[in-house]
Amino acid sequence: MSTPNDPRPTLRAPTAVGMLTTELSSRQRVVAALAHVEGDRVPLDLGSCTVTSMHVSSVYRLRQALGLDVPGTPVKVVEPFQMLGEVAPDLMEALGVDGVGMYYPKNAFGFKNEDWKPWTLFDGTPLLVPGNFNTDTSRDPGGGLLMYPQGDTSVPPSARMPKGGYYFDPLIRQGPIDDDHLDPADNVEGWDPISDEDLAYIKAEVERLYPTGKAIFGNFWGASYGDVSLVPGPSLKHVKGIRDIEEWYASLSMRPEYVREVFERQCEIGLVSLAKLYQAVGDKLTIMAVSGTDFGGQQAPLVSPKMYRNLFKPFHIRINEWIHANTGWKTFIHSCGSIWRLLDDIVDAGFDVLNPVQTSATDMTPEALKEKYGDRVTFWGGGIDTQRVLPFGSPDEVRAMVRDRLRIFGKGGGFVFNPIHNVQAGVPIENILALYKAVNDFRTYPLG
Amino acid sequence: MAVLDEVRQAVVDGQPRVAVSKVTQALEEGIAPDVLLHEGLIAGMKEVGQLFEEGEVFVPEMLVAARAMNATMAILKPLLIEGEISSAGKVAIGTVQGDLHDIGKNLVLMMLEGSGYEVVDLGTDVPPERFVEAVHQGAQVVAMSALLTTTMTNMKLVVDAITQAGLRDKVRIIVGGAPITRSYAEEIGADGYSADASKAVRTVAELLTV
Repeated sequence: MSTPNDPRPTLRAPTAVGMLTTELSSRQRVVAALAHVEGDRVPLDLGSCTVTSMHVSSVYRLRQALGLDVPGTPVKVVEPFQMLGEVAPDLMEALGVDGVGMYYPKNAFGFKNEDWKPWTLFDGTPLLVPGNFNTDTSRDPGGGLLMYPQGDTSVPPSARMPKGGYYFDPLIRQGPIDDDHLDPADNVEGWDPISDEDLAYIKAEVERLYPTGKAIFGNFWGASYGDVSLVPGPSLKHVKGIRDIEEWYASLSMRPEYVREVFERQCEIGLVSLAKLYQAVGDKLTIMAVSGTDFGGQQAPLVSPKMYRNLFKPFHIRINEWIHANTGWKTFIHSCGSIWRLLDDIVDAGFDVLNPVQTSATDMTPEALKEKYGDRVTFWGGGIDTQRVLPFGSPDEVRAMVRDRLRIFGKGGGFVFNPIHNVQAGVPIENILALYKAVNDFRTYPLG
Repeated sequence: MAVLDEVRQAVVDGQPRVAVSKVTQALEEGIAPDVLLHEGLIAGMKEVGQLFEEGEVFVPEMLVAARAMNATMAILKPLLIEGEISSAGKVAIGTVQGDLHDIGKNLVLMMLEGSGYEVVDLGTDVPPERFVEAVHQGAQVVAMSALLTTTMTNMKLVVDAITQAGLRDKVRIIVGGAPITRSYAEEIGADGYSADASKAVRTVAELLTV
């Protein structure tokens, strides 16, 4: 934390002296927002889950700008698929972040975040990556980076970062599909109930994080049915079933019974894991990430309301009902894009929190979202347009939009400030600084 | 001509097997291949595009409609005379350098093919010189896609490369993708912008008639 003699700048607003407001703990602040109550201020999230964080090169530049590191100090990549940087306690403190993430020990490529080694991104950012982050440029004709499942370079790569790129996308390893012999079990591979080893790790993590007073966010994601970043199986050495993204989307229409059976099995596994997780960590956890499947594109939903209702909603209901009946957790759904037309059903499925609230997509007007759904869901996102204003606008535009969004979404609680999705690479540092300065200048209730 | 309607409907409903059987039946009834193509298949895809724009069909339904069309094209193609298939024009399409996302790009490709265009798929992570090469090889339209704010700026590099190659007046350039807007298209000197796959077909048609 900055002290009066600490030369490091901070973006946090000083606590007003002599005011009658009672300062809440970060956890209380998030709990108040989730209960649709105006606490002392709107909570701020950065890094508590894999869709509310920041690309490592932006984290690096932010840490430099805040004077948290000497130049050249590498930043840890805590999520190698999207290349998200670590939001360490000193950065949380400098920004006034209220949430912290409980992550599984293994990342999306199926290896553990441990045995850190130095590495350099295409743009020159110095990083630390896990020991099994074994990339290969020699085998990619375009000079891109190939990534291997579980770090095993003897099997075909499961993801690729193009030359000059900032993160990975899954490589498609689709075998021939024989409709007469499709086995739903093939598409369930990799969805195992949580292991005792992982459970012990998570229990220890939550014990470590709880005394920080931050709201703990569980990165479970076990109801991300048909999430096309997972369908190709980036953590699996060999894949079976339907693993091509387009084939998967077509299957939603062509093979609904197969898809339903896959979801049924994944739901059963998820319920087993949730029960074990609750037994291990109880209500020390405030919020649980349930679904990360994207249901929206820029202009329209990706699937029809009818398809959401028939294929996805029944399983979302089961997960949400179990959590609400057995735990004190709030449930979180992430879906990019234009999902206005699906929201009646998504909200009806029992989700407490909606993210990333992509207000830059068609029909996703902040005022309309707050008015229609604000009494039932907490908006966790939507704080700044990350497709235009944050990367390409001016610091003044950033500040104005942040203030506006705090006013709209923050009214009556039910808002946790976060940009839309992760802050990407290439965002001007002036805009990132303006973002967090504005959040801290304007997030105190009553909002003005 | 009831069978023509059935062919069209099988495309709209995304039923490849039905479409194939109806096309086979139509050919047996003596309907000319080019009539089947235009009044059955292309009419069907046009309807799907319209329903997509109206928010009545979505990505999965559009994908299976394109499959129904492709399944029947395997039968029709050998029967069509040169020029009947690609009479609408030649389009080269790709996702720009640094970007691996292709679902949107592929939907545009399917809709263009479904409207009778010859489409050259340049794939993803396409460097500017490959777009230039495609123009050299006769593409009348270059269509570019980008999903990311970090890669959309590479569209400008393609426009510049085409200009530097002295080909700018020989080709129409359209752009699309999640973060792309009409004003961005104008800013980088593209000729057209489209918000979705169905509108892209209309944009290409308009640009080629100008």
